[in-house]
Amino acid sequence: MDLCKLGIVELQSLLKNKEVSSVELANSFLARVSQVDSKIHAFLHLDSENILNQARSADQLISRGEFDNKPLLGIPIAIKDVIAVKGERLGCASRILDGFVSPYDATVIEKLKAAGAIVFGRLNMDEFAMGSSTENSAFGPTHNPWAIGYAPGGSSGGSAAAVSALECPAALGSDTGGSIRQPAALCGCVGVKPTYGRVSRFGLVAFASSLDQIGPLTRSSQDAAVLLEVICGWDKRDCTSVNEPVQSFSKNLTGDIKGLKIGLPREYFIKGLDPEVNNAVLDAVKLLEKLGASVLEISLPHTEYAVATYYIIATAEASANLARFDGIRYGLRVDGSDLFELYCKTRGKGFGSEVKRRILLGTYVLSSGYYDAYYLRAQKVRTLIRNDFIEAFKKVDVIVTPTTPTPAFKLGEKSGDPLQMYLSDVFTISCNLAGICGVSIPCGFTAQPKLPIGLQILGKHFDELTILNTAFAFQQATDWHKQFPEI
Amino acid sequence: MMNKPDFDIKYIANLARIELTDEEEDLIGRQLSQILDYIEKLKQVDITGIEPTAHANPLVNVSRPDIVVGSLSKEEALMNAPQAANNLFIVPKIVE
Repeated sequence: MDLCKLGIVELQSLLKNKEVSSVELANSFLARVSQVDSKIHAFLHLDSENILNQARSADQLISRGEFDNKPLLGIPIAIKDVIAVKGERLGCASRILDGFVSPYDATVIEKLKAAGAIVFGRLNMDEFAMGSSTENSAFGPTHNPWAIGYAPGGSSGGSAAAVSALECPAALGSDTGGSIRQPAALCGCVGVKPTYGRVSRFGLVAFASSLDQIGPLTRSSQDAAVLLEVICGWDKRDCTSVNEPVQSFSKNLTGDIKGLKIGLPREYFIKGLDPEVNNAVLDAVKLLEKLGASVLEISLPHTEYAVATYYIIATAEASANLARFDGIRYGLRVDGSDLFELYCKTRGKGFGSEVKRRILLGTYVLSSGYYDAYYLRAQKVRTLIRNDFIEAFKKVDVIVTPTTPTPAFKLGEKSGDPLQMYLSDVFTISCNLAGICGVSIPCGFTAQPKLPIGLQILGKHFDELTILNTAFAFQQATDWHKQFPEI
Repeated sequence: MMNKPDFDIKYIANLARIELTDEEEDLIGRQLSQILDYIEKLKQVDITGIEPTAHANPLVNVSRPDIVVGSLSKEEALMNAPQAANNLFIVPKIVE
């Protein structure tokens, strides 16, 4: 149990000093999962034998002192069920991928394995990463470790809950409109959405290809830095990955933010913002000021159009990407009298309601006669949203906002009203549309029930170092991230 | 522009190749109408002279040398097939 409270950086040093073996570590986390996951349901699948085999191999390398270029040697990292791991199930929490086994590793998984990590199970999510609560999983929702019966956020709700419930030291998620940062905020952990192009999407099941990024969920900003620097980098198999030099984020965390210019966008401090969230975020800003940063009010004038823009662009891209699930080459097949009927029945049976809703919306906005009115218009508004950030970043180094307008909501509270659910992503969506990077870190709790509150720090394209360093400075001065839920 | 009096759920579901039950048609149809009403707010934005953004980063065409590299084996390519035989995917008859 005590081992489970440690993060990547602490575990690295214990493993290096041979104070603990990778097998002991794997056993501790496996025990923790069997102890708490019946209540949390963060994991869809966990193969202990496979995990222990990986740990035994890691221990052999450790005994020979082979730590070079293996920053994650022996450390378990859990994976959202949307990223391919060779020989393991890949389901996207959907019935339509029943029984699917990945024939290859995603690039991020190759990188994790090369770095020595133990690939630790499959994490629950909203089906095809569409949702903000994990209630759209075909296999039942994940619960918030801080309050059973509350949503962990989504779509990477399993990833955030597993990290927060101490079931793994770190996890990978994916973020298309907030799917890493929003659950990180609601579960009280650190979640990074890297700059678009920073991390290869090869082996990530596509939802909206111009918005999707893989990123880390951890308990500290240092751990996020370590994991991010392992997974990022140019990949010839993803033409949208960008050949930017990858600096060592973890080695460059100084915790010094003297002179840092912080922008507070007035459009994010609006009615509808929960007062406890508002207060916690403003307190966090005061602390950052005390640490040497200066604060400036800024404007991102097209913020109110972000949700509408997103739900046109993301659904349009999804309707094209999810055309591949047709019952021919893999996954579920429901027979029909002809090919057309086979397609319709397979997709009708295999997809859940939210996925159907989004494919239908995307099909509509791309359909003949509506393209200009919806899709093209949304792409133009996207330019304006992107320009808002480029203008703002001429004046400030980072932008600080609440990650979500409210703390975790109850399971079932919003599931009947898709629009209300969409609006819970109002503060995270613009970052994906603009392609910039962002991190959410814990910055307080509500009183009753005790639920985590997230602070979002947004940075310039490819400036992950500054947002991580700001997060690091904040976490050096606070202990929000060192509090764990009672389960 | 952006009027949606003719939002026809049956037509769209047909385009998307998704069979819906009567209840789904009714519920999803109503929900999508509500979402489309919300999306109408984009009409308020002045987009005169604005270029569309297809991608967050300005990307140029990416090319690579045409070199043969390894790929999935036939077995791997077929391992998830709902129906396969003789190294082929089996599908319903598609010619009359």
